[in-house]
Amino acid sequence: MRDVAIVGIGITKFGEHWNSGLKELITEAGIKAVEDAGISGKDIQLIIGGSMSSGLFVGQEHTGALFTDYLGLNPVPAIRTEAACASSSVALFTGVMAIQSGRYDCVVVGGVEKMTDVYGNLATTALAGAMDRDNEAHFGLTFPGVYALMAQRHMYQYGTTREQMAMVAVKNHENAMHNPNAQFHRKITVEDVLNSPLVSDPLRLLDCSPIADGAAALIIVPAEHAKKYTDTPVYIRASAQASDTLGLYMRPDITTVGATISAVQNAYRQAGLRPGDIDFAEVHDCFTINEIIATEDLGFCRKGEGGNLVQSGDTMIGGRIPVNTSGGLKAKGHPVGATGAAQVVELVEQLRGEAGGRQVSGAENGLAHNVGGSGSTVVVHIMSRNRK
Amino acid sequence: MTTEKSVAHHWRKFKERYCLVGSHCQSCKAYFYPTSVICPKCRRKGRVGEYKFSGKGKVFSHTTIRVAPEGFEAYVPYVIAIVELEEGARVVSQVVDCKPDEVKIGIPVESCFRKIREEGKSGLVLYGFKFRPAES
Repeated sequence: MRDVAIVGIGITKFGEHWNSGLKELITEAGIKAVEDAGISGKDIQLIIGGSMSSGLFVGQEHTGALFTDYLGLNPVPAIRTEAACASSSVALFTGVMAIQSGRYDCVVVGGVEKMTDVYGNLATTALAGAMDRDNEAHFGLTFPGVYALMAQRHMYQYGTTREQMAMVAVKNHENAMHNPNAQFHRKITVEDVLNSPLVSDPLRLLDCSPIADGAAALIIVPAEHAKKYTDTPVYIRASAQASDTLGLYMRPDITTVGATISAVQNAYRQAGLRPGDIDFAEVHDCFTINEIIATEDLGFCRKGEGGNLVQSGDTMIGGRIPVNTSGGLKAKGHPVGATGAAQVVELVEQLRGEAGGRQVSGAENGLAHNVGGSGSTVVVHIMSRNRK
Repeated sequence: MTTEKSVAHHWRKFKERYCLVGSHCQSCKAYFYPTSVICPKCRRKGRVGEYKFSGKGKVFSHTTIRVAPEGFEAYVPYVIAIVELEEGARVVSQVVDCKPDEVKIGIPVESCFRKIREEGKSGLVLYGFKFRPAES
């Protein structure tokens, strides 16, 4: 199998884009990625794009053809991937296989979501499609509710505190101050989180990632071609996806995400790396509790210690293992279909040394962790400055 | 967007939702919800049959929903729990007939038959199981 490298990245600002629909978001991210790689449209052989629920958010399906059409790349083949909030990481997972196999030499992968054209509870309803519709959503469960069930149990089993969850939001808002593409540029305090309205006990508004519009795109090529495009390629050392029950309620332990453990063990094996070799990580903090759970499941601390990890400051920029330097889903924004690709954009900027005020000094290896639903899909990518 | 579905969409789940019927695998002795022809542990080697749960169980985890999806606005705030049934299977539904702060991990509950929601103005009225606190 061939190694794979990223030679171009493009991302829109995340947030409410009143003047941009799917078309404008996709073309902005796509053009930026193509220009960053210094390629032209005729070099592109395949497009793989993630979108969770364009049908419910804007009434548009068939987004594979839409990507190609809007980017002016007909008749290049196109594939849409959908795995809820992990849709564009599955696009990358698929694109990596397309390059590894030898079939394609230049692939665009990415994702988009346009979420703010619908009103509040319709977005909640659309997102609820990522859980078990018949056996969870049917009874009135929401996504904040799913993670609240996990939080309640994590607090019960491990003594994780309300304040520790709030510290995740505080840290990620702080990091987002240095990310020009982040939705929020506003520092918050633990008290702000604890005084924000309850959404689904114990989770409050400032524990929740926001609804956003956005798109992100990546250009991937075989590693042996990478230096032809750029002096600073980023190498994909591992690409792993794992699945678990659609319903949270069927899992024996809801304080852990089994698919994260399956995917990351596979990823560490592929990369020949261990948790201690990872210099920074983008993890799926759709709700604050999930960053705590993810840092445990990814091996950055022992099970049950995730609350203490964030409290210790180890996950801040400058700490032992900086987590969500981009601001994470919490503060950078969470346009669901674009999130996985956006996490990888952060990995690339960090590994190129282009992350500005949020740069992790000496970053060699980064990890991206993207969750679909309550952990029914998990994708882990590990990337490095060096090929081996 | 309307969430109204055909009658058949709901009708085929009446047995599970009205009567709390799930599955029992005679090979591995596991109980699970909902019904399935495949045992999640033994897969096709399982010998799976329908099983009507007693409805008794304990709260495994819970939350109070304060921002509702479509169709549930009138019920806010309402408690959703994962309930571990005495047979070992787990299900999700609401806990009713009590104040939200009375629901704790481990409290005993029993199933009851309740209205779940209305599907818009012209759709079906949906019913199914919920739970209420029970004597231990």
